[in-house]
Amino acid sequence: MSEERKLTVSASPHRRTVDTTRGIMLDVVIALMPALVLSVVLFGFRALLVTLTSVVFCVLFEFLSRKAMKRENTIGDLSAVVTGILLAFNLPSTIPLWMVIIGDAVAIIVVKQFFGGIGQNFVNPALVGRIVLMTSFPTYVNDYVAPFAWRIKTLDAVTTATPLAQFAGKYNSEGIAQTLNSPEFPELAKMFFGVRGGCLGETCAAAIILGALYLFIRKVISPTIPLFYIGTVAVIMLIVGKGSVPFVLYQLMAGGLLLGAVFMATDYTTSPINFRGKVIFAIGCGIITSLIRIFGSLPEGVSFSIILMNILVPHIDNLTAQKPFGFIKEKIKKEEAAK
Amino acid sequence: MHSEIIKPVKKVRGGVKVSHDKNTKDMPVRRIEAPDFVTLPMSQHIGAPCTPVVKVGDTVKVGQLIGDTDKFVSAPIHSSVSGKVTAVKEIRTATGMKTQAVIIENDGENALYEGLEVPNIDTREDFLKAVRASGLVGLGGAGFPTHVKLGFKPDAGIDTLIINAAECEPFITVDYRECLDNSWDVFNGVHLVKEMLGFKKCIIAVEDNKKEAIKVLERIAEKEDENDEIKVMTLKSKYPQGAEKMMVLSATGRKVPPGKLPADVGCVVMNVASAAFLSRYCKTGKPLVSRSMTVDGSAILEPQNIRVPAGTEIDYIISRCGGYKEDPVKIIAGGPMMGTSIIDTHTPVIKSNNAILVLGKKDVSIKPETDCISCGRCAKACPLSLMPTKIERFARVKDIDALQKYSAMVCMECGSCAYSCPAGRPLVQYMRNAKAIIREGAQK
Repeated sequence: MSEERKLTVSASPHRRTVDTTRGIMLDVVIALMPALVLSVVLFGFRALLVTLTSVVFCVLFEFLSRKAMKRENTIGDLSAVVTGILLAFNLPSTIPLWMVIIGDAVAIIVVKQFFGGIGQNFVNPALVGRIVLMTSFPTYVNDYVAPFAWRIKTLDAVTTATPLAQFAGKYNSEGIAQTLNSPEFPELAKMFFGVRGGCLGETCAAAIILGALYLFIRKVISPTIPLFYIGTVAVIMLIVGKGSVPFVLYQLMAGGLLLGAVFMATDYTTSPINFRGKVIFAIGCGIITSLIRIFGSLPEGVSFSIILMNILVPHIDNLTAQKPFGFIKEKIKKEEAAK
Repeated sequence: MHSEIIKPVKKVRGGVKVSHDKNTKDMPVRRIEAPDFVTLPMSQHIGAPCTPVVKVGDTVKVGQLIGDTDKFVSAPIHSSVSGKVTAVKEIRTATGMKTQAVIIENDGENALYEGLEVPNIDTREDFLKAVRASGLVGLGGAGFPTHVKLGFKPDAGIDTLIINAAECEPFITVDYRECLDNSWDVFNGVHLVKEMLGFKKCIIAVEDNKKEAIKVLERIAEKEDENDEIKVMTLKSKYPQGAEKMMVLSATGRKVPPGKLPADVGCVVMNVASAAFLSRYCKTGKPLVSRSMTVDGSAILEPQNIRVPAGTEIDYIISRCGGYKEDPVKIIAGGPMMGTSIIDTHTPVIKSNNAILVLGKKDVSIKPETDCISCGRCAKACPLSLMPTKIERFARVKDIDALQKYSAMVCMECGSCAYSCPAGRPLVQYMRNAKAIIREGAQK
């Protein structure tokens, strides 16, 4: 045909957004950086070591499983990096590194690649990684050192109970008051800046909020899920605490709620597509989290609540599927005709 | 004097913000000299193709009928040059469709066909007959025969005429130039259609980034008295505001149900250049044989707006616009969002072509296709509230029931989904596949 030139032919549109999967993942990594810096400040160099180990092995496992399955290499999309950071953020700084590697293997190989890789996993890989470690090695995963303990040069790190562990089993008026007034309990300001026991990335509310704002501004995620998730927990805790605002604030900043609501529950693949679906999903997460905290034998329930709601996502998506333009009108017309 | 600029009754959902690139907006349309020969496909519209009524060796003149059919949804085709028919053969159009074409060697005389006469219009029927005889098809890009669109029954309850001057595709500025350079034709055309077909209301819709055009259109609306029912509606510039269903929603708040036409909710949407053409036709009797188009893109030396005879080869148009500035990567007939990328530069332009875009490296983003991450941006961008990500999945497994459930047929292929996809998935292609699967299934 055209003897002189070769032209590219493709389906319309001939313009594409500059956004890429890699760009989105990079934004998430950037949004996680404040929390990483704070975790190193609070929990010392080992926080960085745990995070780096997790990232390196997540990427390695992704690479190897794609290779073994003879599929296109996908480490360039950075999603394994995000999983690596998030898993590390859900572990205490004292965790043995080989456990981190097991968690990475579960997250990447079993949860992600066995189901077809990015976009195909039905639950959040990092959360399953954490849950497997938590149920397999509970003493290690629930071993929380006190912040700044790394500066005190003792061989045995000072362990501390997390605020939620202190609340555990005491969700009644006296229990709440007692816990809030106990001298060991961190002040609100300390909570906000993460000076309390907990997992690497979850303690500093300020850093997570900063990351969240970045993601909102970059339009990587919409605020729907975080707001409804956190809002639901706030409302339930306000009722449980009989209107005690400090109690609600502690509940919001304690545990992994902020980290989970901003970075885990908003995972594209495992959260609903539409606004209505997102609202249902987030409220569900909030209710389950609160129920586990109040009635469960575990002090914290963010991981489980998100995983449980992840499983429901296909159904939520089906129920909330957006109706095509003009569809409702047609339906009404049919109903009218039936009358 | 009474002028009124109205705002949309309802907001259009979704859509995407694309860069406008209206580089040629200050360039009035320049008429280029006719090529040595034209290739006139017998299908330059949506609907039944025409059958050639001339044979090899015949001498034809400008405006002479060369192809016609007795099928209703079709539009006759006229010669765009004067000269001799050298061949009648099968060719491929820009969209890849095979069709008969009449090839006419230009004698350079540009002699007008003697048989043309100014149509005598007294009644609605006369008018519709004239519209058909003019060969007019929607000049906005889709190319739907205008006489079919306008040929509704007087008692069909159609009350609103919407004149589409939105021109939401990037690069294209010919409708904008039509408003500025041929404002009288636009004015007369709008009134002609409105009066001949008895529309109660007329809304001229234009995007708010076309300030000069708004001024002109405002004056068209201003000319009338207090009871004037012509209004100018400004739309936020967002793609695809100019799509028919979106126009109807913005102008009247009515939603065209899936599988229906604007006429089903009492509206007719007509391109502004089509209206202007009708006014000229009713004055001169010269059928649609040439059209204005924007020639732009980073690989063309002299971007401009030109008026070319139908059937001119794209190659010739490019040479008339200074040739290539750099190696072209992609050449598109139409806009960058909905246009067709062509295989062969010897493809002729047809009545519904509103642009030729010669894109160089800078313009063409060839995005690697990666796995869907279910970010939902496609569903958010879809102005028709479809879920492209689901439709894609079901199209890949050819699940007809699921495709019907997700209303794949409703898709108008505006490309908003594929534009916004970070994974670079060719979603429009999947939409087309989905439609083909449903059609095949319906035949069984």
